[in-house]
Amino acid sequence: MRHTLSVMVENEPGVLSRVVGLFSGRGFNIESLNVAPTLEEGVSLMTITTVGDEQIIEQIVKQLRKLVTVIKVVDLTELKSVEREMVLLKVNAEDAKRAEILRIVDIFRCKVVDVSVDELTLEVTGDHGKIDALINLLSRFGIKEVARTGTVAMKRALQV
Amino acid sequence: MELTGAQIFLECLKKEGVEVVFGYPGGAIIDIYDQLPNYPFKHILVRHEQGAVHAADGYARATGEAGVCLVTSGPGATNAVTGIATAYMDSIPVVIFTGQVPTPLIGNDAFQEVDIVGITRPCTKHNYLVKDINELAFTVRQAFYLARSGRPGPVLVDLPKDIMQAKAEFVWPEDVSLRSYNPNLTPHIGQIKKVAKLIEKAERPVIYAGGGVISSGAEDELTWLAKSLNIPVTATLMGLGAFPGDDPLWLGMLGMHGTYAANMAINNSDLVLAIGARFDDRVTGKVDTFAPKATLVHIDIDPTSIQKNVAVHVPLVADCKSALSSLKSVIEPILDQTYSEDSHAVWVRQVQQWSETHPLRYNKGGSFIKPQYVVEKVYEISNGDAIVATEVGQNQMWAAQFYKFKKSKSFLSSGGLGTMGYGLPAAIGAQMAFPDRLVVNIAGDGSIQMNIQELMTAVCNDLPVKIVILNNGYLGMVRQWQELFYNRNYCETCMDAQPDFVKLAEAYGAVGFRVTEEKDVVPVLTEAFALPKVCIIDVRVDPEENVYPMVPAGASLADMLLV
Ligand SMILES: Cc1ncc(C[n+]2csc(CCOP(=O)(O)OP(=O)(O)O)c2C)c(N)n1
Repeated sequence: MRHTLSVMVENEPGVLSRVVGLFSGRGFNIESLNVAPTLEEGVSLMTITTVGDEQIIEQIVKQLRKLVTVIKVVDLTELKSVEREMVLLKVNAEDAKRAEILRIVDIFRCKVVDVSVDELTLEVTGDHGKIDALINLLSRFGIKEVARTGTVAMKRALQV
Repeated sequence: MELTGAQIFLECLKKEGVEVVFGYPGGAIIDIYDQLPNYPFKHILVRHEQGAVHAADGYARATGEAGVCLVTSGPGATNAVTGIATAYMDSIPVVIFTGQVPTPLIGNDAFQEVDIVGITRPCTKHNYLVKDINELAFTVRQAFYLARSGRPGPVLVDLPKDIMQAKAEFVWPEDVSLRSYNPNLTPHIGQIKKVAKLIEKAERPVIYAGGGVISSGAEDELTWLAKSLNIPVTATLMGLGAFPGDDPLWLGMLGMHGTYAANMAINNSDLVLAIGARFDDRVTGKVDTFAPKATLVHIDIDPTSIQKNVAVHVPLVADCKSALSSLKSVIEPILDQTYSEDSHAVWVRQVQQWSETHPLRYNKGGSFIKPQYVVEKVYEISNGDAIVATEVGQNQMWAAQFYKFKKSKSFLSSGGLGTMGYGLPAAIGAQMAFPDRLVVNIAGDGSIQMNIQELMTAVCNDLPVKIVILNNGYLGMVRQWQELFYNRNYCETCMDAQPDFVKLAEAYGAVGFRVTEEKDVVPVLTEAFALPKVCIIDVRVDPEENVYPMVPAGASLADMLLV
């Protein structure tokens, strides 16, 4: 199963390689990884999505917690959480197809961020499912390039 | 008053109570060496940096204190890596200080530069590069704290040359705490009660002790538990000595070269108490068939050890000593009502019968000296009081099987990594800590050549270690696998081209003996052990003797090959 881990780390040199090295050294899988500073000085937040059975995920979480530079690890999968990813997509858009693509852009609430004679570049934000659906839909027009940020996530304020 | 980085560093070691430093100088670390004579440490100059780390590791295993080593940048640092990985796998507290090129040169492929923090990230508990002299004292303090606390392990601190030359006030941080590091020491009392209940109900309990019992100092609590409740005890290689090896409840080591009794006990048990052990594959054999009838309780300070290899029923994250004393305080008040003299009597009878019908044995007679016989004699002549280091291979297994360790911290062996070349430097480290004890390195003729240069370290520091080479002319353990599982294809394991070990000893200023007949084993060992000198005893043993019993790799413990 796919899990989303929220990992709070000391923002110091080498911390990313400690985390990534843990995954590669122990044969765990990273699907996406996103890191950036938080409001708290010296602390960064990593969002890691990974796939594995329960025992593997338990090991990943424990091994992450064991790293001296890791402050906190939360598996958001068991919690109610908000997950988003931003993607830039460059898609073929000759005149005949343009209107249809723009309709899809509308439905998915994407933005057109760049236009050329026969291409559109779209910006889309959403959860895993939405992004997959969009890519799926656009693929028949020919997607030329994709750049994804990887998932960022946060647990919802109210947990029942 | 301002001190240089080198002085601050040495002040820190003083504050940490360091007495001995094992090291090797070089350009990047020379500023520390320049100051060393002004400080009260004993510095042991090794002959190879791998030896420095193993010696610090042997010192740590024998004393329970952190071992310290000091090496230069680049090749000095990389030479240390095998030692570091060895300490890491066995959770030994060693603090390694490496010189580094000056900070402005870092990343420029400077002379003798290597990214040692990057290289050792996967084999240290934690590591640091000091980039600011104002962080130096705090970093050293943290390094020792991390190495010693929780699940112990090696910590490396990389010290750039310009930081060692810079000046600052020395401020010793009395307190150390890290927001992200809080090992859980005390057990959950609910879990403890659950374990107590399980023990009460068990008919065929067995204790499986590991190195964690020794590193947490829980030997007395373990012994109390086993003896008061009449529970048989087995241990891993790392756990040898945690429980007296001459006690009737002692089953011997378990696992690949464990005793029949230990492995059958695990196989038939209804409750296994794993204490400070990590279900290593050399212990479990095929995991699905490990202790098939048992409820598994696992006490360990490191949460990652639990549920890693084997699904256990009752996990208990805690320091072993604190968990076992907590268990004792729950059981002791009800001991008389709950347990009688003959609790588990039938079971204990059964396991003892296994010990009697299938003891550790070897074929005596014949024209060759048997290596097991040599280890037995080392045990008898030393009265079981020696500190025994081993190399890796058959020699290691025979030492584990035939030397009955009565006390902990007296068996020094590379368990997790299986590092040939470990034994001699480790013995030197232990002898440094205990100048008056007999320290014996049980070695193979292959392994001893991996760090043979440390003979000089032993000789010139008057550390009279005894090296007993079980010389079979083969890389014996590999030859054994070739014989049993690779159709006797003895490819590159015959090592009969050897140095003359007696002359070699003499060349280094040590004393050499050669033993080729069984009748000479006892007199020569007796003479050598009494000599206050470094001795090599080259014993020519049966070249094709194997270690038995044996569970083939990946097989179930029930499928042992007996002799
Ligand atoms: C550094 C290192 N290289 C290789 C091995 C693989 N290995 C394990 S046991 C062994 C043979 C050891 O031979 P020897 O030291 O003569 O001991 P014996 O088994 O004959 O007692 C080897 C090569 C190892 N454990 N460590």
